[in-house]
Amino acid sequence: MAKLKIALYWAASCGGCDIATLAIGEKILKLAEAADIVFWPIGIDFKYADVEKMPDKSIDACLFNGAIRTSENEHIAKLLRAKSKLMIAYGSCSYEGCIPGLSNFYNRQMTFECAYIETPSTDNPEKIFPQTKVKVPEGELDIPEFYDTVKTLAQTVDVDYFVPGCPPEEKTTWLALEALIEGKLPPKGTVISHSAKALCDECPRTREEKKIKKFYRPYEIIPDPEKCLLEQGLLCYGIATRGGCGALCPQANMPCTGCYGPVEGVIDQGAHFLSALSSIIDSNDPEEIQRIIDDIPDPAGTFYRYSLPDSLLRRARIK
Amino acid sequence: MKKIMIDPITRLEGHGKIAIFLNDDGGVANVYFQVPELRGFEKFSEGRPAEDMPQITQRICGVCPEAHHMASTKTLDALFHVEPTSAAKKLRELLYSAFYVTDHTTHFYILAAPDFVMGPDAPPAERNILGVIAKVGLELGGAVIRTRHENHWVIQTIGGRPIHPCFGLPGGVSKAINEEERAKIEEIAKSSVEFGKLSLKVFDDVVLKNKDYLDMVLSDTFTHRTYSMGLVDENNKVNFYDGKVRVVDPDGKEFCKYVPRDYLKHLAEHVEPWTYLKFPYLKNVGWKGFVDGKDSGVYRATPLSRLNAADGMTTPLAQEEYEKMYSTLGGKPVHYTLATHWARLIELLYAAERMVELVQDPEITSTDIRNIPTAKPDEGVGIVEAPRGTLTHHYITDERGIIKKCNLIVGTTNNYAAFYMSVKKAAEDLIKPGKEITEGLLNRIEMAWRPYDLCLACATHSLPGQLPLEVTIYDAQGNEIKKLSQGIS
Repeated sequence: MAKLKIALYWAASCGGCDIATLAIGEKILKLAEAADIVFWPIGIDFKYADVEKMPDKSIDACLFNGAIRTSENEHIAKLLRAKSKLMIAYGSCSYEGCIPGLSNFYNRQMTFECAYIETPSTDNPEKIFPQTKVKVPEGELDIPEFYDTVKTLAQTVDVDYFVPGCPPEEKTTWLALEALIEGKLPPKGTVISHSAKALCDECPRTREEKKIKKFYRPYEIIPDPEKCLLEQGLLCYGIATRGGCGALCPQANMPCTGCYGPVEGVIDQGAHFLSALSSIIDSNDPEEIQRIIDDIPDPAGTFYRYSLPDSLLRRARIK
Repeated sequence: MKKIMIDPITRLEGHGKIAIFLNDDGGVANVYFQVPELRGFEKFSEGRPAEDMPQITQRICGVCPEAHHMASTKTLDALFHVEPTSAAKKLRELLYSAFYVTDHTTHFYILAAPDFVMGPDAPPAERNILGVIAKVGLELGGAVIRTRHENHWVIQTIGGRPIHPCFGLPGGVSKAINEEERAKIEEIAKSSVEFGKLSLKVFDDVVLKNKDYLDMVLSDTFTHRTYSMGLVDENNKVNFYDGKVRVVDPDGKEFCKYVPRDYLKHLAEHVEPWTYLKFPYLKNVGWKGFVDGKDSGVYRATPLSRLNAADGMTTPLAQEEYEKMYSTLGGKPVHYTLATHWARLIELLYAAERMVELVQDPEITSTDIRNIPTAKPDEGVGIVEAPRGTLTHHYITDERGIIKKCNLIVGTTNNYAAFYMSVKKAAEDLIKPGKEITEGLLNRIEMAWRPYDLCLACATHSLPGQLPLEVTIYDAQGNEIKKLSQGIS
């Protein structure tokens, strides 16, 4: 059997997904046996121009991490889509927009004004902003355009599979790679993880009845190490988050923040969490319910911590 | 005028690019080092609960998330006016020391060593970590992989996750370690000390005993006289986790020493229209452009700068190596940029020795790891020494602890002006009229910025130093006359 041709790419991301790909450890040898990596900016020296010269659909699969935030990110996403038989959104940024997607609460102008004028260490009396094209005495310089809105990969090109996580855990990464290597591909659109259900299913903490009278912030209490964090009033997102990571954060006494995305069949993770929470608030008195909910300091930024660009909201409307 | 683009569009796809303009006679007219991406974290942190910032800001960089997590957690201590318990501070510093061991190991062996072990003119196909292992032996290669792997286990055990830890809270950390974990970490710490010693021996054998390399280290092409910045403890010794920021002038004299909350009295950032990244400088010297010397506010915050800014190391083996470096290179301060590699290995040894100290501390398995804040949050600044430079986080919140303003001055950014100048100087010295521009020559230009361990992740997100070059030479009419490319692993 001919070896698979695989490409890996990063767009607007932190590099953690690339580190996570390396974290498969010795299995990287198995990968090397089954596949040639034809393009990987951090690891392999093939040129962007080489990719352009490849025939369309000549790459078997592209693992694309990072969101789409600049003109360059978009250009390369389209190029790699054209060259690849399978396009895989690897990691939360390309799948859902992730933390950089919180930018969608603001716009480019606000982001620029903050970075280049308002920040207290910035000394910029002439109010200079970076420009996509700048004339300097010796010639012209250019940098890519910074978009108003962060988009997911699937909002930019057709995507075949999604791998969740910020970053995906080692076993999740291997699940996806193994499916590719063995040619046992799930239906198009599948989110590849060991679990389709909520994280609570794999969390070792004991659960009783969820009845919440008060929400606490993580710094306010020392939680019982054995009991469900949500039942103790901590805003643990496990109830509305796909499992597969092994419940790492709850085992470190910290609430899940939702990085594995929605459970199977849910379109909007934030709305799902909100509705799940409202069913466990222990009150029928509207005023008391309001008081309990008021303890949640940043509902939009918490419920959509990783999924704002991919949500039904997509972005805030800026007046 | 000719324009040479050194554009890492292949391995980094534009997350850092260099334009070199040539005069009509073929000499260098000017150089620009552009950073073509902005992450936007300062703005979208507004509105978020402060206690979530350690987990939000570490998404700036998946290569050094521990540094952001730690700077942010310390900012929360200040913001909520809460002192962490003694055991919590030790656990934080233990994780942070393990992180330094992995990070410095990656940089030296995978990014820096190929140039020295294989030589700057070796074919690119050999000038990588595999070439290094083939030359110095599989045993060392195994030690590199093992050291990284084991210390990542330490990070996960203390911090909760292998990448993007979750344990930092104002006043402490979320979990303790047990005796079984402690014992395993102690073993790892001890073998990391041995690995640190071995690494310095490799440096001694390969670089210091080779006159050609030593000459290159000492050459003017790779020298800049700048201010040096680093975090120091109460005795002016190097500390990565806590202390005051000390800056010494190009002669080595203390210029200022400040506590985190005073950083705005000392630092400012300059903006240029052709790049998304800002240029920090010493406010009380002023921005004088891309020049070095005492009258320019350009400073460096690198392993070498940290050693320059301090009076020594607190651990015995690292102190010995510290003294050896300065006596070999002619006293303090050292301005040879390539000596940064040496300083980094001394820091690696220090971090490993510090791990041993901390993990043998009887308090390290204490479960007294949290102080609950009681004061209202308002404003806080937190600083740690990230591997790539002094990292400053500054938050202002409302009384519920919701971020109103956020300012970040990150590791690599500190050095933007300096590494730009280093590249410019190397290009000016190496590209001469009538001299052919070879692959080896381009690699020497790259060697000018590799010591800074560029992690543009913190502004863009390229992995440190892995900037391959693609050089296109244009004639005065803008026609392409030559294209050279290289990749360096």
